[in-house]
Amino acid sequence: MRSVITVVGKDVVGILAAVSGLCAEHSVNVIEVSQSILQDMFCMIMLTDVSRCDIPFTQFTEEMERLGDQHDPQLKIHVMHEDIFNSMHRI
Amino acid sequence: MINTHDILETIEMIDNENLDIRTITMGISLLSCCDADIDASCRKIYEKITTKARDLVKVGEDIEREYGIPIIHKRIAVTPISMLCAVSGGDPVKYALALEKASQAVGVNFIGGYSALVHKGFSAGDEALIRSIPEALARTEHICSSVNIGSTKAGLNMDAVAMMGRTVKAAAEATKDRDCIGCAKLVVFCNAPEDNPFMAGAFHGVGEPDCVINVGVSGPGVVRSALAKNPNGDLSEVADIIKKTAFKITRVGQLVANVAAQRLGVPFGIVDLSLAPTPAVGDSVAHILEEMGLETCGAAGTTAALALLNDAVKKGGVMASSHVGGLSGAFIPVTEDAGMINAARQGVLKIEKLEAMTAVCSVGLDMIVVPGDTTAEVISAVIADEAAIGMVNSKTTAVRLIPAIGKEVGDELNFGGLLGSGPVMAVSKASPLRFISRGGRIPAPIQSLKN
Repeated sequence: MRSVITVVGKDVVGILAAVSGLCAEHSVNVIEVSQSILQDMFCMIMLTDVSRCDIPFTQFTEEMERLGDQHDPQLKIHVMHEDIFNSMHRI
Repeated sequence: MINTHDILETIEMIDNENLDIRTITMGISLLSCCDADIDASCRKIYEKITTKARDLVKVGEDIEREYGIPIIHKRIAVTPISMLCAVSGGDPVKYALALEKASQAVGVNFIGGYSALVHKGFSAGDEALIRSIPEALARTEHICSSVNIGSTKAGLNMDAVAMMGRTVKAAAEATKDRDCIGCAKLVVFCNAPEDNPFMAGAFHGVGEPDCVINVGVSGPGVVRSALAKNPNGDLSEVADIIKKTAFKITRVGQLVANVAAQRLGVPFGIVDLSLAPTPAVGDSVAHILEEMGLETCGAAGTTAALALLNDAVKKGGVMASSHVGGLSGAFIPVTEDAGMINAARQGVLKIEKLEAMTAVCSVGLDMIVVPGDTTAEVISAVIADEAAIGMVNSKTTAVRLIPAIGKEVGDELNFGGLLGSGPVMAVSKASPLRFISRGGRIPAPIQSLKN
């Protein structure tokens, strides 16, 4: 199963390292990363493979969200199943 | 990889525009629970519901977290209880209490199906069930009730219409210490759909499988903000934007429905393509109409704008789902929609305009607070008017009026939560008593003869 991790908000030093660190810690493989500034907002999108994740996926999403809050309350991290984007944007 | 813009659009819809799945509703047939002994029947109901729906809430919550999409309600719809009453006899309220206990055991926030289908006449169990509705709603928290009093094929059962006027009034009286909340859980239908996942009108029709998953989507906020990005487009463009947005919303509904059905081991039934508002700011159907260019919902032009919206939602959604059903259209419940509440408070939105609007949208006169001294026959006549619109136009219409006992025009009722709050709206006091007292049936219209 693949999931999309998005980090949107204020640019914070070390956020890429922190997110990918947490992925590595739980055996989540990062497949692709893109990073850009959109309308003054920092925006990073990571496509990951969570099939070997060592904790339940829902727990992983919660840890990621907490990680965002710890860095900056205005930084939002979402971890979502890839299928929600595929179903909404691809026919 | 999926493109950045699309990913951010989805997240924006969920975070800021109130995109959610409104409800996952499990339909459960109770026909296998019928027993001549009412207590045995109640026991079987409890067992069947707590077995079939044991994991409903957990599966819903897991999907929410994995896919990042809020699922507001997990609910159950059951076979109309009047059918079980027909077999068992006895006090129907016992069934309401058994359902209440089951709803608490599985953690759902509503069970619909304390219902009777009497569009052509009463059969065994129907009258007893209807008479018990006020008490059943007053003694339970999570039970929703509906009665189908007419259809395009059968015409209108005016004896049932008269009875429902009195029942609505009695339900308000029985819960007058709780803002008459009983009436917020009671719907009177014409052409009731058998697979509607939305409350208060959900029930599990007899043509349905033993157990089924139906999903209701939402997203008025998403439609409004999509329109706001193109303030000067003509109405063809407006319709196109709504269609595209409805397509995206519905695809998410279909995804959630498939995953939920698979995990629960239950067949997928339908996706209901509805724009269901909540009292939250930015989640209003009225605000979509205002975004189209009306100063306030209820102004001249409202019916046309709503017709466009309702049609475009269906056109956009229908290709996004393998099976569409339920009510599918835009809802206009007054107390549950911030824009409607505002328009009603200003006096721009009146019950007569709402009635016209119901001719072009998916439901009917929904969550409208009327003065407490409104007579039973006036309520019956409002039901008859609304049902006539549904009957003639081959569509579902419903009435959910709340007579605010002890209150007058200008006062307000506040239910809290998603049921919202709203001002008491004026209803014509001229008496329809002689018309309603005639009883009998209004014959099915000529357009019912399609064979």
